[in-house]
Amino acid sequence: MTSQLVEVRPAVTAGRRRRRPKFKHYPWLYVAPALILLLTFTYVPVGNMLFYSFHKWDGLDVTMDPVGFGNYVKVFTDERYWRVFLISLYYFAASFAQIAIALYFAVVLSFETRFRNLFKGILFFPYLLNGVAVGFVFLYLFQPDGTLDTVLRLVGLGEHTKLWLGDPDVANLSLAGTSVWRFTGLNFVLFLGAIQSIPGEIYEAAEIDGANRWHQFWHIIAPGIRRIISLSFILAISGSLSVFEIPFIMTSGANGTRTFVIQAYETAFQFRQIGLASAMAVVLLLLVLLVTWIQRRVLPDEEVNLS
Amino acid sequence: MSRVARAAKYASLVLASVIVLLPLVVLLFASFKTHEEYSRTGSLTPPENWFNFDNFVTAWTAGDMFRGFLNTTLILVVSLAGTVAVGTLAAYAISRFVFPFKRLILGLFLVAALVPGVTTQVATYQIVKSMGLVNTPWSAIVLFMGTDIISIYIFIQFMQSIPPSLDQAAMIDGASRFTIYRRVILPLMKPAIATVVIIKGIAVYNEFYIPFLYMRSPDLNVISTALFKFKGPYGAQWETIAACTMIVIIPTVVIFLLLQRFIYNGITAGATK
Repeated sequence: MTSQLVEVRPAVTAGRRRRRPKFKHYPWLYVAPALILLLTFTYVPVGNMLFYSFHKWDGLDVTMDPVGFGNYVKVFTDERYWRVFLISLYYFAASFAQIAIALYFAVVLSFETRFRNLFKGILFFPYLLNGVAVGFVFLYLFQPDGTLDTVLRLVGLGEHTKLWLGDPDVANLSLAGTSVWRFTGLNFVLFLGAIQSIPGEIYEAAEIDGANRWHQFWHIIAPGIRRIISLSFILAISGSLSVFEIPFIMTSGANGTRTFVIQAYETAFQFRQIGLASAMAVVLLLLVLLVTWIQRRVLPDEEVNLS
Repeated sequence: MSRVARAAKYASLVLASVIVLLPLVVLLFASFKTHEEYSRTGSLTPPENWFNFDNFVTAWTAGDMFRGFLNTTLILVVSLAGTVAVGTLAAYAISRFVFPFKRLILGLFLVAALVPGVTTQVATYQIVKSMGLVNTPWSAIVLFMGTDIISIYIFIQFMQSIPPSLDQAAMIDGASRFTIYRRVILPLMKPAIATVVIIKGIAVYNEFYIPFLYMRSPDLNVISTALFKFKGPYGAQWETIAACTMIVIIPTVVIFLLLQRFIYNGITAGATK
């Protein structure tokens, strides 16, 4: 940390020359706490992580053995490490369902509907719940002969009951479904907010011109919320790459549900292979940054204007 | 709208509501059942006695939930106060002063917002450890304060809507820069502070990974980690787990019912930045 502060000093004197002497040192004092926290807990870790990723280290030893790109080679060639990437695909596919469901209900509830606020609250509410609680709610639901099986039998689909979390073929689908249940509400409220910020006169004008609901959706609502939908897809990509809580709490990564972050967590904190875990984290970070960079290119951000 | 379309619309809404509520309701049922009743009845059967709070008592004491709530509240209050203080100060400087490297600093905050917290924990852990904060509540507090870039955004954006002429008027009256921040800016920032407190508060209340990783000692359990501990030893006693899950969910329900409007606004403001 000290090195950063030393670097900062000359800037203070530069500021002194330009500003009225009375307020000279103030800006830096105000920004310092936020900046120090930002550097200590975001940039220094990222830098260290890069450094660790080229070494073999158990996190305790005073010496680290440099291994060049060895850790990265392992991440990409050892099946145990690259396979976990494929698990993200389940969650990524599920996020399409999530966005579609959210969009449908946002459009439906943007029109006059009885009990609108009640439905809005119910659909949104799961997003606020504690992740561990959600995990337990669905562990209970997916139990053999549990609620889901009972309901399936009740509606005559009894032969479709499965070991929802025990069967490796279905476990990831069950977990991805849980994630849809948990996060649809967020997309829904964001879409609804975007739709409701479209001025009402536009609909009135459209109605006078004889536009039906479908036309209204396609020509007024869709263009109005295109940006938030694209943003949701980008968030879905980085979100599905960094899934952790739901599978960790519900299955601890058993039955083929280990995600990238669970694998990195175990590598670092159970097997104490900090170097290898760092390499995994660097790969993940680069992927997320790449996705975001593509987003910025495809979708110029008109809102962020901070200077 | 045609009759059929209207019926389909309400049918879909009701179906979605059932899908959302059913998993929660069956767990609520379970939390009021005795162990014998739980093994005898199906999960869709309501409990025989709605006033059987035994499971809640067991869960509350066995899980040491009082301590969990106490720790969560402590961490929540300190890290929220810290976030607001640090964030508003930084936003004040960035939106009201001209100083060298301002754009660079803004860029640093902007890029940091893209780094998902879960990816850097491997290295962050070593830093927190070297500070001697592992297994103290301070680990969670500094991490909640230090990894929050969204709130600084919200503060900066809001501060840009406060006319600088107010600052200038106060300055002419002889107020110092800090007095202006304290007396003029901060009171006007109340809506932004409320937004940050709500979205950050929900996030801290629900956070699992950071307390799980940094606060292993049972004395430091927050509600997430206290609840998680039920997974192993109580595997066969679902009625106790159900009660404990309800204990964790109920405060969220109450807060949601009381603050609905603010929560919707806060979430929309926080997520689209």
